[in-house]
Amino acid sequence: MKITKTNMTRRTALKGFGAGVGTLAATGLLPGTMGFAQAQSSAPIKIGFQKHATGVGSSYGRWYNATTQAAVKRINDDGGINGRPVEVVIEDDGTDPKRGAEVLEKFENQHKVDVAFGTLFSHVVIGSAPRAAELKLPYFVVSEGHHVASGMLNRYTLQPGITDVKSQVQSMAPFVANNLGKKVAMIYPDFAFGHDHRDFFGDAIAAQGGEVIAKIAIPPSETSFTKYFPQIPRDTDVVYHVMVGPAVLTFVKELGEFFGPSRPEIFGFIDSIEAVDIKSPGLEFLEGTYFWEGNPRHAQANNSSFDTNFRAAVGVDDRGASLADSKDVSTYAHMFGCWETLNVIKAGMETSGYQGSADRQKLIEAVEAMTDMPHSDDHPQGAKRFNGKTHQVFGSQYISKVTDGNLVVEHTALIEDGLYEDEVDYTTQSF
Amino acid sequence: MEFGPHLMLASLEGAVVAAVLALTAMGLSIVFGVMRVVNVAHGEFYMLGAVLAWFVTSAIGGHPALGFVAALVIAPLLVGVIAAAADTFILKHIKYDPDRTIVATIGLLYIFQQGTLMTFGPDARPVEAPFNHRLALPWIENGENGLQMFWPWGLSITSYKLFVIAAAVVVLMGLWALITRTKIGLIMRATQQDSETAQAFGIPVGRVYSLVFGLGAALAALGAVLVVPIQQAHYLMGGEPLLLAFIVVIIGGLGSLPGTVVAAVLIGMSDGIISVFFSPMVAKIIATLFVTMILIWRPQGLFGKVIR
Repeated sequence: MKITKTNMTRRTALKGFGAGVGTLAATGLLPGTMGFAQAQSSAPIKIGFQKHATGVGSSYGRWYNATTQAAVKRINDDGGINGRPVEVVIEDDGTDPKRGAEVLEKFENQHKVDVAFGTLFSHVVIGSAPRAAELKLPYFVVSEGHHVASGMLNRYTLQPGITDVKSQVQSMAPFVANNLGKKVAMIYPDFAFGHDHRDFFGDAIAAQGGEVIAKIAIPPSETSFTKYFPQIPRDTDVVYHVMVGPAVLTFVKELGEFFGPSRPEIFGFIDSIEAVDIKSPGLEFLEGTYFWEGNPRHAQANNSSFDTNFRAAVGVDDRGASLADSKDVSTYAHMFGCWETLNVIKAGMETSGYQGSADRQKLIEAVEAMTDMPHSDDHPQGAKRFNGKTHQVFGSQYISKVTDGNLVVEHTALIEDGLYEDEVDYTTQSF
Repeated sequence: MEFGPHLMLASLEGAVVAAVLALTAMGLSIVFGVMRVVNVAHGEFYMLGAVLAWFVTSAIGGHPALGFVAALVIAPLLVGVIAAAADTFILKHIKYDPDRTIVATIGLLYIFQQGTLMTFGPDARPVEAPFNHRLALPWIENGENGLQMFWPWGLSITSYKLFVIAAAVVVLMGLWALITRTKIGLIMRATQQDSETAQAFGIPVGRVYSLVFGLGAALAALGAVLVVPIQQAHYLMGGEPLLLAFIVVIIGGLGSLPGTVVAAVLIGMSDGIISVFFSPMVAKIIATLFVTMILIWRPQGLFGKVIR
């Protein structure tokens, strides 16, 4: 009997073994290495939440997070997206544009998220969106800035859950010109969001026969404001104010102290008192003034069940304050944007049959095809109309008057009041 | 607004800035003067003063004046104790080496800032002033009946802001009295002049250093407690006061207390006046330009002594 000596050594055995495993892995048959792109797995859908946890936007970051967690819980209780649970991965961008871009890189390369979402401050959006396009990462912002619809950004960036400043001020201008006065002094923060107010309101009020007689730009990190107010001309009919940052209460207080008993009409954006109790000492002069509200903070007499359900889910009371602490007022006029955007992401993923990152372009195309979104638990702020070409959604705007310390809605501007000509068609751009 | 009333408003606003800045910068100046160390965490002691004032006033209900007076005493005291502890447990062990102290105090800056963020939170929270009335201010013009007083539109100050200016003056005078007229002040001045000889005379230099570090932080905290009813308490509020305090101390002269006061008034008033007539950015540019000129032509500061 001849014993053939094979050439099997440890080295060749290991090589063979390795090759065998490699082949199996490549076909996806090896247990434990199943590619998610192939099967309907129960691996979670990961949404990267770019949160303003620190920096000047941190008050908004806190409430954006509360709303996001509530929205995701509701989605998961309802069965998730395409049968898969949703998982939120949070990273802090420090309300800083450079950090924002780095956060997106982390989402894509480290956390391997499906989409990114949640940015508010306009300068961070502008700083992060180009990186999203480079990474081919769908980026759903909740920002109000006009930059998405202006064509400045890219096909990967969308704003389907909150209206933009151009639309808001256009809806406000008729009310201001017809009820408050024609000569307007504007006070706004000196960055992209504030510049949107300055540019678009100027045009909108001129169309109503009014005029902006002063434009006062204040750095968003400012802490004392009295020194700016002497620039308000004596013959001002209406002071138009919008302010952001941690010092908004000081801003409004000092505005009141400056005018004393003889104030002109005042029209403000609720941003100036977001997360601030309207009953704070020093804000008594706001009585009788008007505010634009993205979403009425105080529940109105004819409140919809959708708003009631939304408040209960997020944990705020009828005055928009935390159920746990009535002095902890939320950023109610903005945070609904997170809730609605997450529901749009869900709808888009379900329509496109989203399974994994290979389907991102299909997801964006599915969202671009959306048009009317009815007033519902998914969209508690009001009915919406999405413009797939400009990636921007349009909705109702509310004007409230401060009456006995309550914000009472006096006028509701419809979707049509805020529409404007398309400035871009992202659908013609390649991915 | 006409030029005259506008200038008056600018000057008053500048005076409030100068008052708070004088207290904050004084704390930094004393620490540098006696200990020869740069405390980068100084702005965070200021912020801690404001945050602790919020905690105290929230805990004490009733009339806001009660809470405010309690905060005025408790917050600087607590911040002083925290600072003295930082000195005893950290700075002493690195033997006040200049580079290491800068690094250590930068570390303290981050610890205090993030610690406040984690406990107090990211929101700016208001503290109610003990009293606050709007005072319309008159201006004099040459009318038909000769010189007349009238009340220009928008020209006003609040009673609380006037109180801040007065309080700062009182505290600075008290500090001057402490340093020049008491034994503790004498010991501090001796340690500043020559710490080795002072030690030879039996002065416990280590304990003096802790006391001085605590005093410096307490002064910054006091400035913050005074300013917090006007602004709010926010975890990032220490950044700008730190920068301004450094500018003031460099211009006034490191280690010179009268120089610090003069420079604080200069920077505060010019910031107020230039900000009103031009823009705050221009005011900051001019302040920084002034620092550069001082560093080039008179590096010891306006009142500093040249080390030969």
